[in-house]
Amino acid sequence: MNAAAVVHWSEGGQQVVSDATGVFGLTWLLIALPLLGAVVLLLGGRRTNSFGPLLATALVGVAFLLGLVQFLQMVGEPAADRSFAQSLFTWAPIGDFSVDVGFQLDPLSMAFVLLVTFVGGLVHVYSLGYMANDPDRRRFFGYLNLFVASMLLLVLASNYVLVYVGWEGVGLASYLLIGFWNAKAEYATAAKKAFVMNRVGDIGMSLAIMLMVTTFGTTAFSGVFSGVEQASSGVVLAMGLLLLLAATGKSAQLPLQAWLGDAMAGPTPVSALIHAATMVTAGVYLIVRSNPIFDLSDGARLAVVLVGVLTLLFGAFVGTAKDDIKKALAASTMSQIGYMILAAGLGPAGYAFAIFHLLTHGFFKAGLFLGAGSVMHGMDDEVNMRRYGGLRKAMPITFITFFVGYLAIIGIPPFAGFFSKDKIIEAALADNVWLGVAAILGAGITAFYMSRVVFMTFFGEQRWADDVHPHESPRSMTVPMVLLGIGSVVLGYVLYSGSRIVLWLEPVVGPEEEHELGIPVLAITAIIIAVTLVGVAIAYSMYLRKPVPVQAPLGTVVTRAARQDFYQDAFNESVFMRPGQYLTRFLVFFDNRVIDGFVNGSAALIGGGSARLRRWQTGFVRSYALSMLAGAVLVVGVLVLVRL
Amino acid sequence: MMPHLADGFTSPTFEYQLLAPMLIVFGGAIVGVLVEAFTPRGPRRTVQVALGLVTLVVAFVVLLAVTRPKLGDLAASGTVAIDGPAVFFQGTILVLALLSFLLFVERGVDSAGDAFTPSGATIPGSASERELVAARVSQTEVWPLALFSVGGMMLFVASNDLLTFFVALEVMSLPLYLLVGLARRRRLLSQEAALKYFLLGSFSSAFLLFGSAFLFGYSGSISFTGIYDSLSSGVGLDPLLLIGTGMVAIGLFFKVGAVPFHSWVPDVYQGAPTPVTAFMAAATKVAAFGAMLRIFYVALGDYDWNWRPMFWVVTILTIVVGSILAITQTDIKRMLAYSSVAQAGFILTGVTAASDSGLSSTMFYLVAYGFATIGAFALVTLVRDGTSEATHLSRWAGLGRRSPIIAAVLSLFLLSFAGIPLTSGFIGKFLVFEAAVNGGATPLVIVGAIFSAVAAFFYVRVIVLMYFSDPPDDAPSLALPGAATTLAVAVCAAGTVALGVVPGPVIDLAQEAAAFIR
Amino acid sequence: MNPIVPILFLGLLAFGFAAFSILAGSLSGPKRYSRVKLDAYECGIEPTPQPIGGGRFPVKYYLTAMLFILFDIEIVFLYPWAVAFDQLAIFGLIEMLLFILTLGVAYAYVWRRGGLEWD
Repeated sequence: MNAAAVVHWSEGGQQVVSDATGVFGLTWLLIALPLLGAVVLLLGGRRTNSFGPLLATALVGVAFLLGLVQFLQMVGEPAADRSFAQSLFTWAPIGDFSVDVGFQLDPLSMAFVLLVTFVGGLVHVYSLGYMANDPDRRRFFGYLNLFVASMLLLVLASNYVLVYVGWEGVGLASYLLIGFWNAKAEYATAAKKAFVMNRVGDIGMSLAIMLMVTTFGTTAFSGVFSGVEQASSGVVLAMGLLLLLAATGKSAQLPLQAWLGDAMAGPTPVSALIHAATMVTAGVYLIVRSNPIFDLSDGARLAVVLVGVLTLLFGAFVGTAKDDIKKALAASTMSQIGYMILAAGLGPAGYAFAIFHLLTHGFFKAGLFLGAGSVMHGMDDEVNMRRYGGLRKAMPITFITFFVGYLAIIGIPPFAGFFSKDKIIEAALADNVWLGVAAILGAGITAFYMSRVVFMTFFGEQRWADDVHPHESPRSMTVPMVLLGIGSVVLGYVLYSGSRIVLWLEPVVGPEEEHELGIPVLAITAIIIAVTLVGVAIAYSMYLRKPVPVQAPLGTVVTRAARQDFYQDAFNESVFMRPGQYLTRFLVFFDNRVIDGFVNGSAALIGGGSARLRRWQTGFVRSYALSMLAGAVLVVGVLVLVRL
Repeated sequence: MMPHLADGFTSPTFEYQLLAPMLIVFGGAIVGVLVEAFTPRGPRRTVQVALGLVTLVVAFVVLLAVTRPKLGDLAASGTVAIDGPAVFFQGTILVLALLSFLLFVERGVDSAGDAFTPSGATIPGSASERELVAARVSQTEVWPLALFSVGGMMLFVASNDLLTFFVALEVMSLPLYLLVGLARRRRLLSQEAALKYFLLGSFSSAFLLFGSAFLFGYSGSISFTGIYDSLSSGVGLDPLLLIGTGMVAIGLFFKVGAVPFHSWVPDVYQGAPTPVTAFMAAATKVAAFGAMLRIFYVALGDYDWNWRPMFWVVTILTIVVGSILAITQTDIKRMLAYSSVAQAGFILTGVTAASDSGLSSTMFYLVAYGFATIGAFALVTLVRDGTSEATHLSRWAGLGRRSPIIAAVLSLFLLSFAGIPLTSGFIGKFLVFEAAVNGGATPLVIVGAIFSAVAAFFYVRVIVLMYFSDPPDDAPSLALPGAATTLAVAVCAAGTVALGVVPGPVIDLAQEAAAFIR
Repeated sequence: MNPIVPILFLGLLAFGFAAFSILAGSLSGPKRYSRVKLDAYECGIEPTPQPIGGGRFPVKYYLTAMLFILFDIEIVFLYPWAVAFDQLAIFGLIEMLLFILTLGVAYAYVWRRGGLEWD
């Protein structure tokens, strides 16, 4: 990597990347530490049973501290000099094209490093308690460390191929963790579903990389972003759409959203870390990181916006109908990431807010999931909210932290979600009134279904069976929840005041674009809060004023549809799986029957000779030979065609 | 450079140093035949095993030490080209053959002995067969046969004229036809497979030979250099060239198992003794692709705008049909067979690039593919129902819980086939796709990328089955691999990981070597 | 003339010959089928019924025939060498000796493993 290589030009100036020195030279260590943990735990075998989980937790902790030191150092630098690159070695030299193992530490990746190591560290601590009785927890912690290492690789990589490696790594780790309790068949299906849907997204990623190789001859951020202005608009659009496809797979956005709900089969800490706070936001990272590409293509940005807004509504509607606490939260994650994708699609006006919401969401959603895990821990792994009720007395700490996360997600000032979501809605409104209306509507529904979750779980009369004895969770679980709760309270204001987050990300995504709003900001905020309160009020009247039946009522057509995730599985089955199966069957049939039948048929045509023909042909070799002959005609035919 | 009687007869030259590795292998095979003739039955197998392994090792050492420093020359009067690709492929074939030989040696996994029938001439299930099994006799002709085949492969990738090319093809194939029929278990299936392979193989050889005749008719020369020269001078009848190119391609497509010349692959891979399947799937494919690259890049190098569209069609068909048919397979050997068809499609993507990077990426892919393939088939030999291999996929359910190591290593190989990063398969796919894109074959890459996702499905299906399903009640027994199999699997696994994590040295090697001489 | 015409002509000629032979045979010959006539020609051995489950398929005849062909071909290869052997000089002599030696190895194998014993 050249010293002071120009990474890209944007309207506000250019991102200058300098060689990593001093503490920034230790960037590789961020990844190496958790990777070491994974290697030791997974290869060490039973010998590491005793100290493995602690070692894994400690390594992530050290990585966090290192990240923190780097962050403080970075804050000390002037804004323009906060990007550092480090190239370790050339991984795959391919002629004049080569792929380096290189890292880029800049404000954007720094934010992710802190989020991943901090939330990751807390989830490790939480898991010490949550998984205390699992005989296989060493393996669990090994996978967790593998995940953290892959995620850090994803956000620190300085070229798209390496991003892809991290991308696959987090997918693999997520796959292993979803299927961790692999004794149950439906969990296995969930793991497979997640893997296959992610692979569909990965096609987008790999094709985008190939397109970069042909267009720019490199996949390094610096080369791609400096070359993108010269590329034809069609290529840029294609690149943008392919990256979006990749993002929809990893971030569970329409149309590749179906796996996230099923992924809740994994242990709850996993849901908190991977399927709420970090991995599923990788799509947002990818789009924001590729901002020079999206800046140049209105078409690609429009697609991003549409995906975001549709998913945020889809997720919100699904969330209203789920009785499984984790699935309700998963739907909410889908919806919140929809907000982030929407913001990212708005271009320079929204990049910073996408990351802003991503960070606050990382805290409050992880907190909510850990809270849900704590509830399940105390309720003998019951997930049906209709069997909860009135738990606030039995689990006070869980209740308070969960409630804080709840206030944050529905956007009550001054909790974190208020600031970040408010900014996104404003930006959407400024872009297009209908986008803004959809986003506000989404906020109202969010308030409704999250209130529903809280009311059904912690308020009302108790509905659990007599042999269940809800109790508060151990310290190792409550402390991380409290820390995340504190984050859910303060993080929003801390990043918002003085436009800190916008200024921090400016070297990477360019300055925020000013937008004109027809009405005063304060009025918008008031409208959003009003809609939110309406949502809460409806939930109050439905789930707190009236007793909640233990058996779910049949509900309207819409409710039933939402309960079934709007028939996403049926849709996938009829649109993708069935035709695939038919095609397969046809090919098998063709292989076995048609060629044979053709032989038999033509033999019969020769007339009477069929019997004699059969006598020479004792096996199916005849059909094989015939297919070869057909192939020969094909080969020579194509050759001749080319010559014509 | 062919000797012509008319203009003064020149005595042929014969560069022994360049040809030494091949001569050693053939020599070893001939000594093996003598051993068969003169050694008493008792120590015969030991002698053959030692002879086989030593021959391969010595040939490999000589290849590196003597041939490699001198490469870049035509040998044996221009009939053999010892250039970078030839030596690279010869080395690869020797290594893969050595790994397969380790599987041939294994006697620990089947209670009755190695994977081969005690006597191919006995009738399956007859009394004389039982006698021989009880006496623990083994069919030691396997060793010289395999050595002859290896020698043929080495000559195949280096042959520089049509005659040598054809002779090498036959030397490589004939022993394979026999080896396929020598399975100890399910002998009827094995014999059927051998017959099918032989018949279809002869059919394809006929195509190839006929095509060679056309090429000769076009150019008036059997040497690849001569054909190339006549292409640039433009003499000769065009249709001859066209038909010749097509027919030679058909012969080679058959050997690599490309669609629609793939129908033999599943039957033969399933029927053959599994170590032989591993040998065929890995080494034969390397040899056939090596020869394909040479004839199309050297002899028809300036003609690529004519043959590339035909390769496009076959490549797409191969990837699509191979991947889709693999999905419905219920037998692991058949699944791996269709997977190897699909893999051939990915390798063809690199060949289609028709450039130096196409050559080097194909070379890398073949190495990566060879390791993973031998490893995967080696593991198939370990899971057994009573005495036979339990190849039905349902029998593999829950293996992850019963034998985590076997399941984990097989998962590694499958993930490599699927092209997951940090395995050799990812680098291989990346390289061939990159070469194809630069060679102007972007649509091929799109098809390849989409179907690598489809392919991921059936690889993952096996992994899911192993880890997430309950084992059947009468779960198959797991044979404890002997030292030989363990060594082979370990080398393959290490190679798969190493080529995925630090592929640099091998990529460099392939790029350095990627220059044909004419 | 289009260069493809001679090739087509050759193909037609080959096809025509085959068609003519079959047609002429079936038209001109008497049609008195018997079991023996309908059997496939298999070098003097009844192809059906196959000796299943009991005796072996007698291959002695094939072995001898095959060996004969092998050494026949050896002579064929010796012939061109004999024509040019003075030009090939010592190199030709050594190569030819190696060739014969190789065949000798095969011969030794057949002999030692009992391939030459009729009973």
